[in-house]
Amino acid sequence: MPASLPDANTLIARLADAIAPTLTPGTFIVGIHTGGVWVAERLHALLGCKQPLGVLDISFYRDDFSRIGLHPQVKPSNLPFDLEGGDILLVDDVLHSGRTVRAAMNELFDYGRPASIRLAVLVDRGGRELPIRPDFVGLTVDIPEHQNVNLSRLDDGHLTLSIA
Amino acid sequence: MNLQLTEDGRLRHLLTLDGLPRAIITQILDTAESFMDVGEREVKKVPLLRGKSIFNLFFEPSTRTRTTFEIAAKRLSADVVNLNIATSSQTKGEAILDTVDNLAAMHADMFIVRHAQSGAAHFIARHVAPHISVVNAGDGRHAHPTQGLLDMFTIRRYKGAFHNLTVAIVGDVLHSRVARSQIHALTTLGVPEVRVIGPKTLLPTGVEQMGVKVFHDMDAGLAGCDVVIMLRLQNERMKGALLPSAQEYFKFFGLTPEKLALAKPGAIVMHPGPMNRGVEIASEVADGPQSVILPQVTYGIAVRMAVMALLAGGTTA
Repeated sequence: MPASLPDANTLIARLADAIAPTLTPGTFIVGIHTGGVWVAERLHALLGCKQPLGVLDISFYRDDFSRIGLHPQVKPSNLPFDLEGGDILLVDDVLHSGRTVRAAMNELFDYGRPASIRLAVLVDRGGRELPIRPDFVGLTVDIPEHQNVNLSRLDDGHLTLSIA
Repeated sequence: MNLQLTEDGRLRHLLTLDGLPRAIITQILDTAESFMDVGEREVKKVPLLRGKSIFNLFFEPSTRTRTTFEIAAKRLSADVVNLNIATSSQTKGEAILDTVDNLAAMHADMFIVRHAQSGAAHFIARHVAPHISVVNAGDGRHAHPTQGLLDMFTIRRYKGAFHNLTVAIVGDVLHSRVARSQIHALTTLGVPEVRVIGPKTLLPTGVEQMGVKVFHDMDAGLAGCDVVIMLRLQNERMKGALLPSAQEYFKFFGLTPEKLALAKPGAIVMHPGPMNRGVEIASEVADGPQSVILPQVTYGIAVRMAVMALLAGGTTA
């Protein structure tokens, strides 16, 4: 296990390089609240994406709602485009169980039927509980189940990865 | 004991806005905001309450409130059963708690209760099993908390904040559960000046103790208001000794364009419905540019979704 994680901005640049050859004019980038939106904003700028950025808050689609209730700060989802027939690049900061991605895909389909969805994550930390795998990964690490990988943003917008 | 909150301070039932903490009211309004776009999507549903059974228990007739609760529950993917008990077992003499027990035996998760008797929803809330939530959809003259909340949501959407507002509630405050819920919410949210305007016969004695200013003259009461809330004048009040006639009432307390001009230029006009045009409000005002009466109805769906989502979540934790 690495004691410190690589610089988030370097990883995002690497992710953008991997995504660039596959980007089409009809690709919509959609970030998942909250960390996924930060990564998606960077990717959107680095890739020069012409389509507006989408944001998803998956609180209403979580599978643990009946156990833990509604997240205290639900933000509105905003998909400022018609995703019917579109190619979606779904972006999250950390991929763990896969449940967030499942919830995000369920929510996307309530806005329409996209032609395809691909998944880009900054960190894949393992521990999957669902058959979900990312198409683009910034960093793959093996983290014990009781620990978390966190992406945080400083006031100046600088992104930092940490293990807690 | 506070029936409405769990020991760790979460919403357990929604029975009244009296004493409901500001943080919970704000949480409901914020959650409602995030439900606002669900009605405009391809699929007008989120799966939060999938598999839950919600019973609309209406012991008193209602169209708008029952319909918006039904739509709200359906947008959360719950199963909804509507019971108009005025025309059902109650007429056969079944006691209210027997009705509730029977529905609980059908695995109800939530009761939405409207009743002509004040305290009916509290009565049911004290009786139900721990996993069942109760929402008061109007009890007698006591409270109509979801109406009060949707009114706060409307004010926040149009005015942005509460701390700098003057709000007037006009008309039959005496018989109005809506007015009581509005006054509790407005004062909790920090509105510095809440006014009630009406004839002496239609204002409850001691209403000042709720933290409002009393006006019997509408012109004086409307001056400088940011929000004007008109209350429905119930026709049956005219039959008694409280009022001379509808025409007389309209002359003194009906909202006309001329009277509205006394409020601030950007003032909004609200009404919980159903309206009596030409009694408490002129059609020119009800249909005019300052009226937000129809948006209130739309917002009512998002607010009721928020209440039901907050009540139904985490009940097995």
